[in-house]
Amino acid sequence: MMLKSDMSKINVQKGLAAAWPICLGFFPIGLSLGVLAQKVGLAPWQMALMSLLVFAGGSQFIAVAMIGSGASITAIVTTTFMVNLRHLLMSSAMAVHFQGISKCFLALFAYGVTDESFSVNMARFNQGNWNRHSALVVNQTTNAIWFFSTVAGCYVGQFIPAGSFGIDYALTGMFICLLVFQLRGTVFVISALIAALCSVLAYLWLPGNTYVIVSSCLAATAGFAIKRLMHHRKQTL
Amino acid sequence: MNSFDYVILIICMGAVTYLPRMLPLVVLSSRRLPAWFTEWLELIPVAILSALIAPTLLASAEPRTFCLGKPELLAAAPTLLFALKTRSLAGTVIVGMICYWGLKLMV
Repeated sequence: MMLKSDMSKINVQKGLAAAWPICLGFFPIGLSLGVLAQKVGLAPWQMALMSLLVFAGGSQFIAVAMIGSGASITAIVTTTFMVNLRHLLMSSAMAVHFQGISKCFLALFAYGVTDESFSVNMARFNQGNWNRHSALVVNQTTNAIWFFSTVAGCYVGQFIPAGSFGIDYALTGMFICLLVFQLRGTVFVISALIAALCSVLAYLWLPGNTYVIVSSCLAATAGFAIKRLMHHRKQTL
Repeated sequence: MNSFDYVILIICMGAVTYLPRMLPLVVLSSRRLPAWFTEWLELIPVAILSALIAPTLLASAEPRTFCLGKPELLAAAPTLLFALKTRSLAGTVIVGMICYWGLKLMV
């Protein structure tokens, strides 16, 4: 029988192993956010507070830029809300894997739900051999890296050349592989293609980040309809 | 912006970011979901991933225009092939970075 401490050690190790590609991607992005924050006159403690309480990369970049241009608190908060609303969809999709789990755990886990941690955790849940403790380690590790890299960016960012070693591509590369993991049948491939098409069109025509929510809802609905249609056909044939 | 305003701003930003992350998890995990809804939710991850990647590869920002031939797109082809062949996350990330870096150096 395995001891409880051994189990939790394994959970932590598995979580760390899953988190590293995210960390690799977060580090340069966090640094550049720190540099930007310093340029608009934010102190390191202000950057630290934002990374700790908000922890949402895209909206933090936008907020820093808006602070720099003297936008109102209301405008920044509204934009943040719109930009981060897509997490609503991710948390809903994750809920399937957290049936009957304590609300305290979920409240803590929810804090670390990002595009990246969501994608990695969902891929692992689908592969099996994954539990909520390792998933939480992914969330918290990536949050810690984000926190440290954004604060470090306030101090040292300007000395690091942009685009070193193609590191700007780390997250895109990771998303491509996670997308491949998600292609678990014809319906999934069709949904992915519809989502790509809708997303590019929505990106061109809709403001801000709404393209993610709009196109993924459309694609999932279309995929669902196609799945039901194929099922219906099989039954009637 | 003074420090007090800044702290208020961050608390509000934190709240509007946290609530959409927390509410569905807490509300949906404690009840039985209808089958159609779980089937729909099952397609959400693949759709979100594709929706996140596509504009990075196929469109340029500021101004937003459709664009074929970005280094991001060119690097995506070998990256995707590698991912399909090996299904290795670590390998794919590294192959993607190398391809992108190489393309950037050539351009």
